Amino acid sequence: MSKIAESVPPKGGFSFDLCKRNEMLVQKGLKQPSFLKTGTTIVGLVFKDGVILGADTRATEGPIVADKNCEKIHYMAPNIYCCGAGTAADTEAVTDMVSSQLKLHRFHTGRDSRVVTALTLLKSHLFSYQGHVSAALVLGGVDVTGPHLHTIYPHGSTDTLPFATMGSGSLAAMAVFESKYREGLSRDEGVTLVAEAICSGIFNDLGSGSNVDICVITKGEKEYLRNYMLPNPRTYVSEKGYSFSKKTEVLLTKITPLRELVEVIEGGDAMEE
Amino acid sequence: MNNLIGSDADSQRTLYPYVTGTSVVGIKYKDGILLAADMGGSYGSTLRYKTVERMKSVGKHSIIGASGEISDFQEIMRYLDELILYDNMWDDGNSFGPKEVHNYLTRVMYNRRNKFNPLWNSLVLGGVKNGQKYLGTVNMIGVHYEDNHVATGFGNHLSRPILRDEWHENLTFEEGVKLLEKCMRVLLYRDRSAVNKLQIAKITEEGVTISQPYSLKTFWNFAAFQNPTVGAEGSW
Repeated sequence: MSKIAESVPPKGGFSFDLCKRNEMLVQKGLKQPSFLKTGTTIVGLVFKDGVILGADTRATEGPIVADKNCEKIHYMAPNIYCCGAGTAADTEAVTDMVSSQLKLHRFHTGRDSRVVTALTLLKSHLFSYQGHVSAALVLGGVDVTGPHLHTIYPHGSTDTLPFATMGSGSLAAMAVFESKYREGLSRDEGVTLVAEAICSGIFNDLGSGSNVDICVITKGEKEYLRNYMLPNPRTYVSEKGYSFSKKTEVLLTKITPLRELVEVIEGGDAMEE
Repeated sequence: MNNLIGSDADSQRTLYPYVTGTSVVGIKYKDGILLAADMGGSYGSTLRYKTVERMKSVGKHSIIGASGEISDFQEIMRYLDELILYDNMWDDGNSFGPKEVHNYLTRVMYNRRNKFNPLWNSLVLGGVKNGQKYLGTVNMIGVHYEDNHVATGFGNHLSRPILRDEWHENLTFEEGVKLLEKCMRVLLYRDRSAVNKLQIAKITEEGVTISQPYSLKTFWNFAAFQNPTVGAEGSW
């Protein structure tokens, strides 16, 4: 009896077959579609009472700005937030996934999440994908053991730092941090320094721009300051509003309200099982 | 016989740099120009030479700072010394100012690039003549411009943001040096080919002064550096 080759179900984990096929296609001359990258300047800073995270708000698709005001500071737990640089889909998906895992863990243990838990979950996921999940993260939070700030690289390595920057604008932001950071900053000093570092990225790096988002995490409370600073306002706005060209004759101005096509019945039947 | 070893053309072109210097930073201040550069000459990833003078005076009115291939910088100095010599031989009371030297360098760099045999450098050229301050830069492909503050290499990414924020007209000498030291310190922390031995060069209407080498103070005692895994035994 001849043996028929049966297809063995995959043992789990990522299958790298299509990666080989992509490489082959690129060699044959195919232009790979570019990812939606977040360009980006993201920073984190440990101050006296906790952690401050900052990010710009520009998402780029090659040379085009795809989103002028996206959110790069992701929620992980009530006391933990994570900034993401790299491929937008990857940062969004990986932070969402670990956030859900942390919630389940909280239900299971009955305790608040710790930053190192999020760190370990993120780094093991990224390592197992060998850098193909292009997410560079700045993870910060305050738990029972104190304030923590970590950076996580796409291949899965991590650092624990008093101040950190990631993304294409990281050098511009790091220049500000290296010259101005000191230990024991107050909350306002910390927020000013983070805003300065993000602005340095916004104005000196082409991949970063638009506004500054800030998140301050202290023991027991967090403040998510969306659009804390708007240093790129639209300066040229005509006060006259939209003006029709002189040749246009306005014959009639009439506003007709649309009819409601949906009839709402109060106290109708309950939904069937 | 020629073709046995290889084509003549290949052996005459610059292909890659060998001994390189890292960033140079320059700013205009009240009385003239200030330049800063460290004294490192790297051989690939080795910090091979630690007393390389990467800033030299040119004539009476200018000063040049170079990053990139050191041997090409030495060749440029020979060209410039010849240029100044011929200028002196005219003995007409005029002398080349920084604008003229910068223009000469730009032509040299661009023409070499067009022959696919570049001088592998990024240069900063500063000077004062008749009260006019001048600070410009030119690199190996011939891109040249002048500005109130310039930098080469990593200095563009790490120092220019600081200078854009904190430079202003009429810095005093002390303020200017403090600003340059701030930039050089960030470069020392974050550029792997930087060495902690730098010189500051000053040029005013009176002339050129290049300081003796000295080193910057650095701070490594952040709490997180001492004990990074506090609260998470076994982590890294």
